[in-house]
Amino acid sequence: MEFLQYLSPATQFVLFSALKIFAVFGVVMTAVAYAVLVERKVSAWIQNRVGPNRTAPFFINYLPVIGPFLVRLGIFQPMADGLKFLLKEDFTPNYVRKVYFWIAPAITVIPALMTVAVIPFGSTLGTEKMVIADLNVGILYTFGIVSLGVYGIVLAGYGSNSKYPFLGSIRSSAQMISYEIAMGMSVIPIFLLAGSLNLGDIIRYQAEHGWMILKQPVAFVIFLIAAFAETNRLPFDLPESESELVGGYHTEYSSMKFALFFLGEYANMIASSAMMVTLFCGGWTLPFVTALSTPSSSILIGLLHIGVFFAKMALFMILFIWVRWMLPRFRYDQLMDIGWRRFIPAALINIVVTALVVAFLHD
Amino acid sequence: MSTKVVARAPLTFYERTYLPTILSGLKVTAKHFADTVFRGKAVTMEYPEERWVVPEGYRGAPYLVKDQEGATKCVSCQLCEFVCPPKAIRITPPGADGAPADRTNAEKMPKEFEINMLRCIFCGMCQEVCPEEAIFLQKDYSLIGETRAEMIFDKAKLLKLGGTHGGVQKWKHKLEEAKAQEVFPV
Amino acid sequence: MSAPAIPAPAPAAPAPPPVETLTVKVNGKTLQVPKTHPDWQGRPQPTTMLQAARCGGVDIPHYCYHDKLPIAGNCRMCLVEFGTPMMDPATRKPILNEDGTPKIAKSVLPYEPGTPRGAISCATPISPGMEIYADSPATKQMRESVLESLLINHPLDCTICDQAGECKLQEYSVDHGQAGSHFVEAKVHKPKAVDLGPRIVLDDERCILCTRCIRFTKDIAGDDALGIVNRGSYNTISAFQTGKFDNNYTLNTVDLCPVGALTSKDFRFKMRVWFLKETKSLCTGCGTGCNITIGSREGTIHRFEPRDNDAVNGPWMCDTGRLNYKWIGRPDRLTEVRVNGQKVTWATAIKDIGSRLTRASSGSVALIASARQTTEELFLLKSLATRLGAVTDSVPREGEADHLLVNADRNPNTNGTRLTGIAFTEAGMQLPLIAAGIEAGTIRTLIVFGEDVTKHGIAPELLAKLEMLVVSDILPNATTALATHLLPGASHAEKRGTFISVKGRLQKLTKAIESPGDARAEWEFLHELVHDVTGRNGFTSIEGLFNLMARETPAFAGLEWANIGDKGVDVKI
Repeated sequence: MEFLQYLSPATQFVLFSALKIFAVFGVVMTAVAYAVLVERKVSAWIQNRVGPNRTAPFFINYLPVIGPFLVRLGIFQPMADGLKFLLKEDFTPNYVRKVYFWIAPAITVIPALMTVAVIPFGSTLGTEKMVIADLNVGILYTFGIVSLGVYGIVLAGYGSNSKYPFLGSIRSSAQMISYEIAMGMSVIPIFLLAGSLNLGDIIRYQAEHGWMILKQPVAFVIFLIAAFAETNRLPFDLPESESELVGGYHTEYSSMKFALFFLGEYANMIASSAMMVTLFCGGWTLPFVTALSTPSSSILIGLLHIGVFFAKMALFMILFIWVRWMLPRFRYDQLMDIGWRRFIPAALINIVVTALVVAFLHD
Repeated sequence: MSTKVVARAPLTFYERTYLPTILSGLKVTAKHFADTVFRGKAVTMEYPEERWVVPEGYRGAPYLVKDQEGATKCVSCQLCEFVCPPKAIRITPPGADGAPADRTNAEKMPKEFEINMLRCIFCGMCQEVCPEEAIFLQKDYSLIGETRAEMIFDKAKLLKLGGTHGGVQKWKHKLEEAKAQEVFPV
Repeated sequence: MSAPAIPAPAPAAPAPPPVETLTVKVNGKTLQVPKTHPDWQGRPQPTTMLQAARCGGVDIPHYCYHDKLPIAGNCRMCLVEFGTPMMDPATRKPILNEDGTPKIAKSVLPYEPGTPRGAISCATPISPGMEIYADSPATKQMRESVLESLLINHPLDCTICDQAGECKLQEYSVDHGQAGSHFVEAKVHKPKAVDLGPRIVLDDERCILCTRCIRFTKDIAGDDALGIVNRGSYNTISAFQTGKFDNNYTLNTVDLCPVGALTSKDFRFKMRVWFLKETKSLCTGCGTGCNITIGSREGTIHRFEPRDNDAVNGPWMCDTGRLNYKWIGRPDRLTEVRVNGQKVTWATAIKDIGSRLTRASSGSVALIASARQTTEELFLLKSLATRLGAVTDSVPREGEADHLLVNADRNPNTNGTRLTGIAFTEAGMQLPLIAAGIEAGTIRTLIVFGEDVTKHGIAPELLAKLEMLVVSDILPNATTALATHLLPGASHAEKRGTFISVKGRLQKLTKAIESPGDARAEWEFLHELVHDVTGRNGFTSIEGLFNLMARETPAFAGLEWANIGDKGVDVKI
């Protein structure tokens, strides 16, 4: 590791950023794959089924007890799924608008991955901060990027040149635009309290003053529900609503292009979970444990911080998944009603109240 | 038909928060989750290892049967071929110089008897119509082949799969009755 | 020009004198029925109750009775209850009811006046005012009892019986039989699968002793080979006199047998009759032109059966003709169109032949057609020959005639070759001339249809001299082997058309099965060839072709395909 000392700061930055990007990208991709497995397993268990339990690579026979157990858990299923997506025929219907049709999956998946860039998923490892881009305006960046995701869906619906995808994409864009407002306004009180837009600062504030979920429960509820809507998850999955729209905006897609939409959806979930952990649940900190609530001094503690962050994130992921199999889909007018007539006023009141509290009661 | 308008009960404030719905949903899903994971109550039948108990009277694949003495019961009357709605059965009659029947007195048996299991709809008409009790819908429901040709079961295969079915041996009895009369050599 | 354009609905009989009729009632319906009906030899005999009922559309069940056989009256199946008008013995006047209708005395047992007494309707003549109760409870009871009695010793082995499906015993058992039997004793067992003759198998257990076969063999075939031996329940049909039953009409007894006692060895265990598609056609074995029904299933012919036509064959046909179908399904049938040994398409071959024939100089072409081609095909060949100035002929085929149906002329359409002008009054006269023409080199193109000319005076060496040898045939032979242009044709079961019998009966063929491979009906490709060579068109169907031929051939004037009917019409020969 000595040679690192001799590199210029710029080179070091590039090197470490690249390392972090690859690591985070790999982790997110794996997480997506296993989120799908968890989704299938949890849904199976809630429905008294077994779920994927067959995929077994050849070497599993050499592992007694543990091997069959892993197979039964479906641990290798994501690999098979991924392989299947890669090997399937990539079918492009001949009536689609080809450019948009091809570009849409990419436009969906890229913003979903880019959001992860500003998430501080740990304190430090050695001297390196565990965030890819420690932006001062982290939250603004997030919202800006997330808004781009809707273009992918709109383009998919338009490019497919088919009625169901078109309806799905219209619903989707309306829904995402509506809930972005509520979502954006719901987090303002947090920055009022923390006094910074930097996500690292917010975690630090929570470590010192307690989690935002306790201080801003209204903001948390609005953010959580808006996150469901933003990620097109049940009970707000109207863009896909299988019973009405076949498959929604991705009806005409197959193979890897379909997989990219799939990936985008789950990457969005991961990003949303990470945001909620960061904004409301103290990020990588744990209360009552000093070592875990201050920036790390050793590699081990640094890794532990990352572990805490991922554990919290996983809980949110399971929440996302569980809700899907628990609640029925909303009607479209109800969805809009909640967004515009409940959450936006509530978020506004929350901002005003918090502002008043900050202005008059603090200091 | 008259329409009855059912008044919708107004929701209370508590209900309008969606909380009771969410809680009851959570309760139901958690219960099923726990049942499956901790109490092993999954209803899935894991097919190749676990097999279904075929109920009595199940209509599986039709096979030819042999009598107690291992003789082909079918006499090639071709009624099943005639009655078969999807035309899955194809019988080649023995012709004048075909092999004699397994049973001395029955005079004939099919030269070839084919059932196309891809066409068969397992309706049981062949069993119903058979005057010789020679074909029965048995309990096989898992018919597998790699080619279409493989799914056309021939006489040997059908007899092998069909097994033995006893019953009155009318041709044998007729022969014995005729011999007992000692009037005509048969 | 004897045949009218539209045949009269009534069969034959040129303007008969008014038929004498009697008034009878069948099932309560008053009918005028002819006083006499022709018997099996065609002589008028008093009408029987069975025939009278038939006039009223009522079919009385029967086994032993047959229109074309002497009446035996031994099966008792046709028993019916009947009544006759009462007569005043003194005045000989009918006794009337109060409403003026004649009083009917039902036939009753003389010693038991309460019990109806039936009469066998096949042999009881009608009398004026008679009433026939074909459906009365007493009649039904009689039928049931007779049927039960016939079934006492019947083995009920329909599953292995070839007659099943066309068995009168089966049919009447369904209509009039009882589900159970009163008979608990063991059945009498008789010999089964008896080899009665070279073409006949006898199952004595199934026999109901109607004696139709005996009467046919003795009276129609004139062989007197069959009879009944043993007594009582042990009655058995047997070829008792000569020990052999091998005349040329034995298979008719299979048709006659109302049950499965007599079955054909040829058809034995071959196919269940209910699968057979029945197609009306003609026998091509000789010039008689017997009407037949072809029984086929999925492109395979399983049997020929005679078809009733009183003007030609009655209900009979000879065994030779009946078994003359196996060559149709032979595996060595010609199935490929070949030009100089190369397999080509029909279009190529016809175009090639057409252009060569168009270029051929007048008189350099000869044409030998077969009297086994249909009249339409001969007509097309003749118009081709006329355009080419070709000499034409066909090949005579003689055999031995018999007393019943077989004709000495073994060609089915000799009259067709004459009437279309292919052959002169005597077929085969031009053959030596054609041979000489080839030898001399004046004839350089020969067209042969359906004949092996090497067997009829044109040696293979002569054929080798030809520039072009167009041959159409069904089976390979020495001539087809030498053909430069080989056109696979269709058998008579595979095409439509007409034949004209030696007696001038013009009758239709119907298509029963598809031709194998590329083989096509000759008239189809001939009309393309004729169009290419002569430029004539105007017929794309056999109907159109026949009608065109009828307009242009004096002998067929006034005929139309639609008016030929299933039984044919007479033409002037």
